[in-house]
Amino acid sequence: MSAPAPATFAEPQDADETQSVLAAFGWALARDVRIALRSKAELGVQLLFYVIVVSLFPLAASPSRDVLGTLGPGVLWTAALLASLLSLPRLFTSDFADGTLEQIALSPRPLTALVSGKIAAHWLTTGLPVALMAPVLGAQYALDSALLGMLSLSLLIGTPILSLLGAVGAALTLGARGGGSLLALLVLPLYVPVLIFGAGAVDAVRTGVAAGAHLSLLGAGLLMAAVAAPLAAAAAVRIALD
Amino acid sequence: MPEPSGRRASPSPITEQRDASLEGDRLCAQRGYATLFADVSFAVRDGSALVVTGRNGSGKTTLLRMLAGLTAPAAGEIRWRRSVARPFDGRLRAAVAFNGHLPALKDELTAEENLAQWISLGDRPPASAAIRDALAAVALERRRSLPVRLLSQGQRRRIGLARLRLSQRPLWILDEPLTALDSDGIDVLRNLLDAHLEAGGICVAASHQPLPVALERQQALRLEGDGSAPMERAP
Repeated sequence: MSAPAPATFAEPQDADETQSVLAAFGWALARDVRIALRSKAELGVQLLFYVIVVSLFPLAASPSRDVLGTLGPGVLWTAALLASLLSLPRLFTSDFADGTLEQIALSPRPLTALVSGKIAAHWLTTGLPVALMAPVLGAQYALDSALLGMLSLSLLIGTPILSLLGAVGAALTLGARGGGSLLALLVLPLYVPVLIFGAGAVDAVRTGVAAGAHLSLLGAGLLMAAVAAPLAAAAAVRIALD
Repeated sequence: MPEPSGRRASPSPITEQRDASLEGDRLCAQRGYATLFADVSFAVRDGSALVVTGRNGSGKTTLLRMLAGLTAPAAGEIRWRRSVARPFDGRLRAAVAFNGHLPALKDELTAEENLAQWISLGDRPPASAAIRDALAAVALERRRSLPVRLLSQGQRRRIGLARLRLSQRPLWILDEPLTALDSDGIDVLRNLLDAHLEAGGICVAASHQPLPVALERQQALRLEGDGSAPMERAP
């Protein structure tokens, strides 16, 4: 007979499942936000990239209010897409390279919840700042306050979808050579519906149509991605570690 | 099933299989088109260490990753406390402490924070006194508030040892635990392993150098392949 494990070894606890999912989510969220705040330079570069890309278009295009007003929502949304794409490698790559991802996958906590927490941290440190900065940057495009409000709202609903879908792509390209460009090829087509409905919502307000339909579709997309993407990303992480 | 054809591991103490906690049963590993090893069987009892040796490329790391539950064996099965453990099995995850090639440390965080993160990842509240003790045991107490990026390779390995000390897990899987350790570091490892095996823990280690563990507690597993044999097609 195998002897019972001595007291020095921690026995697995049968904790309440909901509680352990929440604890795992919170652990990953707190950890990733903390690490992101420690590497402020990297974070700053990604947000500066957004600012600069958005600011280039008014310089290149005609300064007429009409042209800028038409161009604005699309440019701001496209730049948000690119900023999200630029920061995606941060989600898993460094954890994969230094072995932390192995330890995370081998921990007794549920991997899907841990991955969800990482995605939430990614959104908090990239999507949220982008959505908050958009009204300020939108002023360059002579957008009025109603448009700026809608821009921020659509970005607040849309950028979490970018982080969620991007996480699946980032996990799938782990360990692949040329992962960065492969990631762009994989993820950008998936971003297209988000771009269409996000920029569409702002455009609807500009042309005087109700934006409700666009926002509803964005919201539906967010719910679907929030359920499916962490599962897919967790499965992809396990495959990458094999 | 691939043929074993001379890549069989050295005889393992199958006689002790009855009271073994960790068993490998005719394990086989493939990487790409190469069969790394086939038909590897062993049984490890509580309180003993399995030392895996073999040439570079013979599949030591792959075997260790299988036992940790990261990689699925191409054939055969792993049993942990008599039930089959598949990759990422929940019971195995609660029991294993895996120290691989990679340090699993975040450069941005200090040694203390890294250990605290790791303990709370294991679903236990991090006790700062225990973390300080563990860092003192590996002679890193005075470096505990430095970001890990400022530490040397050997010091990083020592944090890995402190993590083992804190792990409270019965199954330790160590890949080349002696790499980059100085003689004091090896003494630390010896003490850790002694205490762990004395308490009834199990250690599986791949090493090119002799492991600092009393010989009567060790059993050897030699992987003979070098990864160059072509894969025999599965039926």
